[in-house]
Amino acid sequence: MSKLIVSPSPHIHSKDSTRSLMLDVVIALLPAVLCSFVFYGWREILVMAVSVCSCLLLEWAITRFLLKKPSTLCDLSAVVTGILLGLNLPYTTPWWVVFIGAVVAIGVAKMTFGGLGQNIWNPALVGRVFLLVSFPTYMTTWSQPKSLFGLDAVTGPTPLGAINEGLMQGASVQDIMAQNGYNYGQMLFANLGGSAGEVCAIALLLGFVYLCVRRVIKPWITLSIFATVALTALIFWGINPARFTGPVFNLLTGGLILGACFMATDYVTSPMSLWGGVIFGVGIGFLTMMIRYFGSYPEGVSFAILIMNSFVPLLNRAFHQKKFGR
Amino acid sequence: MSKQSFAIGGVHPHDNKLARDCQTQVLPPAPTMYVSVAQHLGAPALPVVAVGDKVKVGQVLAGPGGFVSAYVHSPVSGTVKSIGPRPDLAGRPVTHIEIAVEGDEWMEGIDTSDRLITDIPVDNTAIIEQIHKAGVVGLGGATFPTHIKLSPPPGSKCERIIINGCECEPYLTSDYRVLLEKGEQVAVGAAIIAKVMGNVPCTIAIEENKPEAIAHMREVVAKLGYKTIEVMELKMRYPQGSEKQLIDAVMHRQVRSGGLPISVGAVVQNVGTALAVYEAVQKNKPLIDNTITVTGKCFPKQVNLQVRIGTPFSYIIDSLGGMPKEAAKVISGGPMMGKAVANLDATTLKGTSALLFLTEQETRRAPETACIRCGKCADACPMGLEPFLLQKLSRIADTEALEANAAQDCIECGCCLYSCPAHIPLLDIIRTGKGRALGAIKARAAAAKAAAEAANK
Amino acid sequence: MTNTVIWTIAIITVLGLLLALVLYLVAKKFKVEEDPRIDEVEKVMPGANCGGCGFAGCRAFSEAAVNSPDLEGIFCPVGGNDVMAKVASILGFEVKAKAPQVAVVRCNGTCEARPRVNEYDGFATCAVKAALYTGDTACAYGCLGCGDCVAACQFGALSMDPATGLPVVDEEKCTACGACVKACPKRIIELRPKGPRGMREVVSCMNKDKGPVAKKACANACIGCGLCEKTCTHAAITVEVNLAYIDPDKCKLCRECEAVCPTGAIHGVNFPKPLDKDAVKARIAERKKKAAEAAKAAAEAKAAEAALIAEAAKEDAHE
Repeated sequence: MSKLIVSPSPHIHSKDSTRSLMLDVVIALLPAVLCSFVFYGWREILVMAVSVCSCLLLEWAITRFLLKKPSTLCDLSAVVTGILLGLNLPYTTPWWVVFIGAVVAIGVAKMTFGGLGQNIWNPALVGRVFLLVSFPTYMTTWSQPKSLFGLDAVTGPTPLGAINEGLMQGASVQDIMAQNGYNYGQMLFANLGGSAGEVCAIALLLGFVYLCVRRVIKPWITLSIFATVALTALIFWGINPARFTGPVFNLLTGGLILGACFMATDYVTSPMSLWGGVIFGVGIGFLTMMIRYFGSYPEGVSFAILIMNSFVPLLNRAFHQKKFGR
Repeated sequence: MSKQSFAIGGVHPHDNKLARDCQTQVLPPAPTMYVSVAQHLGAPALPVVAVGDKVKVGQVLAGPGGFVSAYVHSPVSGTVKSIGPRPDLAGRPVTHIEIAVEGDEWMEGIDTSDRLITDIPVDNTAIIEQIHKAGVVGLGGATFPTHIKLSPPPGSKCERIIINGCECEPYLTSDYRVLLEKGEQVAVGAAIIAKVMGNVPCTIAIEENKPEAIAHMREVVAKLGYKTIEVMELKMRYPQGSEKQLIDAVMHRQVRSGGLPISVGAVVQNVGTALAVYEAVQKNKPLIDNTITVTGKCFPKQVNLQVRIGTPFSYIIDSLGGMPKEAAKVISGGPMMGKAVANLDATTLKGTSALLFLTEQETRRAPETACIRCGKCADACPMGLEPFLLQKLSRIADTEALEANAAQDCIECGCCLYSCPAHIPLLDIIRTGKGRALGAIKARAAAAKAAAEAANK
Repeated sequence: MTNTVIWTIAIITVLGLLLALVLYLVAKKFKVEEDPRIDEVEKVMPGANCGGCGFAGCRAFSEAAVNSPDLEGIFCPVGGNDVMAKVASILGFEVKAKAPQVAVVRCNGTCEARPRVNEYDGFATCAVKAALYTGDTACAYGCLGCGDCVAACQFGALSMDPATGLPVVDEEKCTACGACVKACPKRIIELRPKGPRGMREVVSCMNKDKGPVAKKACANACIGCGLCEKTCTHAAITVEVNLAYIDPDKCKLCRECEAVCPTGAIHGVNFPKPLDKDAVKARIAERKKKAAEAAKAAAEAKAAEAALIAEAAKEDAHE
């Protein structure tokens, strides 16, 4: 008879593992990835490939040669970071810029803190913001897309960019909207311009619903971001519709859905308790709107999430779960 | 009425009740039985027999060794061969009384017939004494002596008896079979307990995955005409069978940290205990056997066995066809809270509920990886604790912080370790932290008591 | 431009002065009167803050030493006699030299000698393992091999030997602080005097089971046979509950016990030469023979004397 195994209880384990959770996130991101491929064609495929491969390569190289720890490639967290980074970049980004983004995301934002679970800020967002600040030309230039299936795509600045530009030139919101022919239906399905992942709101929401159904994430952070954005926009829009854009416009444009569904809900960099999560979401929503309305950048989701990431340790300390019988 | 459950946390492991349709069989005693004197919570019992004595079934082998202790009776008739240390299932030496079985001669006055006796004695003190004398302990796992639980401290008032038929641990089916096969006895046992506690209402709580048992018990209670006993269907959720969680599910009251169930007016007794109470009071039969489930996907037979206490595990396994080759772990009890068996020569105790065989694939722990702060452990904890934090504090042995974060409230249900995607051995580590916190609390209480005594003098 | 510079300098200077004043006042107001000798004592401490002395750290030790009436029971195991001499001179006491000690692992149940009978699959610390059960070998007393002692050692003096699965003490680095003794749930680590030139005899086993049980669990176990106790001419060895113990104060390092031990549970360390078992056994046999002869001679002499007395008595009776 072979030796019996002895261990403390419990003796069984759920099927969840870090790898299975990350795989679920990858699956949830697939619709958005496919949409970006359809709308932007092979250049987006290239960006995505470079992003994912360099994230994996860097993760492997750093664990192998710098940390001298067992490889963490199998947990798929680097793949998630790679996809998120890819979705956060315009499809025109040159490959070497993507690579630098991956270096910052994996090398600086993740591994310097000790790898998965230790980082304070969402790695993909740190990568994106680093590129946004360092290479603004590449990050905000949107040229003619070459669609995979030959769909005729119109280009121009992102809606948020156009509004920001227009307002600086003294035009009113309504004029700019009319001028550019924005309508909400189009935004929901094919929001052109901006980062690759922002193209199709429906695809992102589909992934979000999948994650909630699979109980990978809990919806309250995302929902509180949406609610705060809508409410803030409603108030400002109600005060001055010529100066401020409305709630629906703000919900559907830019990286809000991508950020709220996939970046703000990153386990490592979000609070664990319900109320911590709600406050985290409210903070992100409010900061996003402040940056959009008053900042010099047209889009503020990335900055808002990174700022709120910094508060996570405090939120975790301040808000605890309700204890039984206390 | 919608099905009820407890408020916080919990997990949903697959229930794997493989032996649910297997009629209980009686296993004849092994040729040599080893009866442990430490089968209950509290002080070990003190042997009252000597080597060479002839004993009968139901004869007292050992008397209580303290206030919290219990009688131990002979499960067989025969000769006492030795009294001495013998390794228990964890390999620790415990005093066992070895009996060579000769025949099956019972003590006089024990009613071994199947006749159901529904007339309950009038005198409560006599009933409790009878339960005490019969060595009845809580069979839900903690094996706390029942007569003490049924004698609540003065000033506390019991409002409801809960008979725990949840059996929320996967694989286990012994309580389910007892409910189906001895439902009447359990109901009378419940009525006895309810009467002793002052004619309080009683709830028999059963999880929704056992609809046959629910229907059967409803029928039995109606047939016996017990107006104050109700059968409640609960949602399936682990650890519903834990005392605090069950009270929360049934009465929506939460026992405070460090408090007893009676503080919220509840007394919880397991189905097996209710049966033992019935047998003790109505049949004068001490606790000498219990029903255990022998099961496992790799085990060729799925059975519910009525075994005498003190039967070696190896004898049970051999009589069912031997150890399966694929079995990598043998567990006494369920897969969530049961104890892994290191020594197969150990024997069944009063509180043994199952022998479970798991394969290496089912039970082998995956290597620990980094915490990804997903919070699944905190979501799963039925006590609302934060296992990720407690394990960190346990590792650095910060007793003060452990106590502040309620490590002492941990019920060791295993939900955190079960659900952790990073496979961190949370509960293993938290147990040491819990020990630290409890130690600090006890030391403080002792110091306070000493100070009070000094002040009085 | 110049104005800005002047203003900046002026404001910062005033601010600096103000803050300095606040700091000075606060320091004055909240100053804690302390025995200056505490600082002096702390200066000569090793500063490891290991807690080996039983106090929270070197500072706490210093406070305790200063407040102690006679330094009784206050000893820094890390600094040893040198540091204690300095501490005593600061405080004006005389210090009694204490024999230098070292941690000794009292288990020699190597992987070979002590086969594993089950496999542990929980959190790999001795504390968790010991709380669960007696361990993955048949010996309920031996080393669990998870290295809690190694983790507890602040001086890097302990390491696990992968070949034996047992901890090894680096005597150079060991300060006898006792942290490992406290960390070991099986209590197999003992602080013992280092002995002359490091030489000492130890029963490297803690098994209190009866001989056959112990032997079955581990080939190197002490089986409590008592041969060593009988052989020892210095009354240094006692066998209690099937386990021999060598009193380091009485042991004269003759190595006879080591030679007669049937299981090799007694270890002699740091001796210049390896033990020549046969020579020692021959020496014991010789001594026993001589003793037996002496006893025989004595018995004969006694018998002769008795016979003489008896004869004399007889003669007396005749007369």
